[in-house]
Amino acid sequence: MHKKMAFSFPDEVLEHVFSFIQSDKDRNSVSLVCKSWYEIERWCRRKVFVGNCYAVSPRMVIKRFPEFRSIELKGKPHFADFNLVPDGWGGYVFPWIVEMAGAVPWLEEIKLKRMVVTDESLELIAKSFKNFKVLILSSCEGFSTDGLAAIAASCKNLKELDLRDCEVDDLSGHWLSHFPDTYTSLVALNISCLGSDEVSLSALERLVGRCTSLKTLRLNRAVPLDKVANILRRAPQLVEFGTGTYAAELRPDVYSDFAGAFSSCKELKSLSGFWDVVPDYLPAIYPVCSKLTSLNLSYATIQSPELIKLVSHCPNLQRLLVLDYIEDSGLEALASSCKDLQELRVFPSDPFGVEPNVSLTEQGLVAVSSGCPKLQSVLYFCRRMSNEALVTVAKNCPNFTRFRLCIIEPRTADYLTLEPLDVGFGAIVQYCKDLQRLSLSGLLTDRVFEYIGTYAKKLEMLSVAFAGDSDLGLHHVLSGCESLRKLEIRDCPFGDKALLANAAKLETMRSLWMSSCAVSFGACKLLAQKMPRLNVEVIDERGPPDSRPESCSVDKLYIYRTVAGSRFDMPPFVWTMEDDPSLQLS
Amino acid sequence: MEGRLVLLGGGSSGVSTTESAVLSKVEVVSEACSYPAESELELGLGLSLGGGGGSTGNTKAANSSWGECGRILTAKDFPSVVSHRTNNGGSSSVAVSGTKRAAETESVSHDSGSPTGVSSQVVGWPPIRAYRMNSLVNQAKAQRGDELESGIGEKDKPKDALKKKLDYNGKQTSSATVNEKAYLGFVKVNMDGIPIGRKVDLNAHSSYEGLAQALEDMFLRSANSAEKEPLTMASKLLDGSSEFVLTYEDKEGDWMLVGDVPWRMFVGSVRRLRIMRTSEANGLAPRFNESNDRQRSKPI
Repeated sequence: MHKKMAFSFPDEVLEHVFSFIQSDKDRNSVSLVCKSWYEIERWCRRKVFVGNCYAVSPRMVIKRFPEFRSIELKGKPHFADFNLVPDGWGGYVFPWIVEMAGAVPWLEEIKLKRMVVTDESLELIAKSFKNFKVLILSSCEGFSTDGLAAIAASCKNLKELDLRDCEVDDLSGHWLSHFPDTYTSLVALNISCLGSDEVSLSALERLVGRCTSLKTLRLNRAVPLDKVANILRRAPQLVEFGTGTYAAELRPDVYSDFAGAFSSCKELKSLSGFWDVVPDYLPAIYPVCSKLTSLNLSYATIQSPELIKLVSHCPNLQRLLVLDYIEDSGLEALASSCKDLQELRVFPSDPFGVEPNVSLTEQGLVAVSSGCPKLQSVLYFCRRMSNEALVTVAKNCPNFTRFRLCIIEPRTADYLTLEPLDVGFGAIVQYCKDLQRLSLSGLLTDRVFEYIGTYAKKLEMLSVAFAGDSDLGLHHVLSGCESLRKLEIRDCPFGDKALLANAAKLETMRSLWMSSCAVSFGACKLLAQKMPRLNVEVIDERGPPDSRPESCSVDKLYIYRTVAGSRFDMPPFVWTMEDDPSLQLS
Repeated sequence: MEGRLVLLGGGSSGVSTTESAVLSKVEVVSEACSYPAESELELGLGLSLGGGGGSTGNTKAANSSWGECGRILTAKDFPSVVSHRTNNGGSSSVAVSGTKRAAETESVSHDSGSPTGVSSQVVGWPPIRAYRMNSLVNQAKAQRGDELESGIGEKDKPKDALKKKLDYNGKQTSSATVNEKAYLGFVKVNMDGIPIGRKVDLNAHSSYEGLAQALEDMFLRSANSAEKEPLTMASKLLDGSSEFVLTYEDKEGDWMLVGDVPWRMFVGSVRRLRIMRTSEANGLAPRFNESNDRQRSKPI
């Protein structure tokens, strides 16, 4: 029973006001205003976001937000994408599904990232939530097409099924046939990750045909180009489309069939897929290019001239993913054609080759930074860089929010001056005041971290590899970056001092990952002792850390704040530094 | 942060680790952690004696159980092929995950002889996701004009697919497209008795020995060191039988003994691996070479 002040609103009014506040951060702020706002807010929060599934327990979430309809969970640390987290580490969604099945029967949406999802979990979802609508699995693994069949068969109100970048065990392509003939509500389907035998084309065609609200369809590589025409013709309303393999025999009838189907899709804004491109088939998409805002050519092994032709047809492009076949010349063409470009990702076509196989250098990046005033987000793989180029880029693009540069060879210096790239990255953080995400590479000393700590006040995520000289580097970051939430470090000479000196900082962050650094086991224990609300996990496949001297470095360290205490599902190679009775004596 | 490359047994254990180290994914011990050289030697000795003999005087409890590490048999053990003496070099190269691979030209890229840079030796670098990496690797190999690889259906050009009906065994293949993830790159490995599967990077190896060693390190080492009661995977003498055998599922879904076919063909057709109890590997028995002086019986 809340004491109502004369000028306060009734709960219902506040609830209505809060319903306009969707962002998680804002909701959290609202709940801190006062106790009554906390109470009202918690009853009407419909979307819950849990950035680290081990930071809180499912029961705690359900207890605080009894009426949520949508949940987003993230599991493994980001470096799991690059196989730095051994299999079996954790991130199981099943316990969450079990709790929600009982307590949140009206759940509509589940979004998971880097979690282990079993068929059992999918079957439980299918059984438990009568109004289930949206399943988005991003970089998840652990399930097979059997689990998908259960979802297809039972979720009558399903609108979205998105399996982006998942690893799915291919058992049978017939899971699609489990969508009943009466089922018509599909709006988005992304099966681009599936392997060869995993989709029955006829079932897909029928499904697409009867789901007239379908807006997003991303096929997998195994769908041949000559079958795509049939599918497209059944879905002219598509807004986002991902092809399968973009290769077919060069026959006029096949081509015109395909091109005709494509041009009937007047609403297309986003294209992807393009595996195995046969360049002669590219002109088929020219008619839709003028409306395209997003183009993912990161699997398309076409050379610069074709790429230039293609992008010059896309004046409204906002987002481009492409291989480095585009080369500097292609990026210059991009810079002159696509003035609305906001996001660019350039992936390496031959990451392990020593000699460059394409002419893509820092010049391409400079060209785009100069020609595209709205550029905000960059992921760029290249083989050489200079401070001069980075400074130019920084000055050209003060609006960067994400800047991730990967110079392929670790510790590569400025190719012009042979100096470290400290000054270049320093310029990035200095000029780009809204920078939220930064990935470093190249030869870097502690100095770059000094710049980062000084200037990168809005930085939320930092990725560091093969950089720095001493603990001072880490100290600069931990003490200076006020907004830091996620820090991931590999192969840097950072040790105990900076970590222990900034222990309190770690509770203000979501997580810290350090692998192949110089943090000792003793320091891990000490940290865990000092900071009971952190889980300090040591991942070490050599065996128990206490079988080695305390001064020995741990292999991998993952520290995250939590209100749920230690987790119980750790594999044999993960140890949590808990408050150990034996430590009390020392 | 540089690690130093530790090759086991600088001669005194009489163990020829250099060969296996060259071929396999070599482990690096970080400078900050002082593993005394003796313990490594002892481990080597322990293994070659087939049971904790060498690990006396060593306080690390884990080591004695390492002495009982078994080896995983592959087809190489059975036919009369010249051995690389991986027996001794096997699980004894102790140490760290997050490893560096040997800086040998043949160890990483096994298609052409193109030299590999530092970046290809380091796990998880460059930071590219596995599915993208597999897709790229297929592409790069095709561009280097390696007919053998592209002949096994990696690049799904339909006109090639029509031609490529015959795989290396001369059998008809139904579909030209190989599951990307099962091709070069990471494949799943499961070991009987261990619920959690692992993934191994086939790109990192250029031979069966390297793969076998990596698997031994992955499964035998972590299982033994972590659990209170180590799984009983005791090995007999190193050239004797082991409790486990390495098998794989190929594109057609058949389970075969690893080691029969040339390495590249294996890599092109493997979908996943299984470390099977020898007692269950009866169906694969016909591949054993009867005349081999290292023949072993199937059940233990």
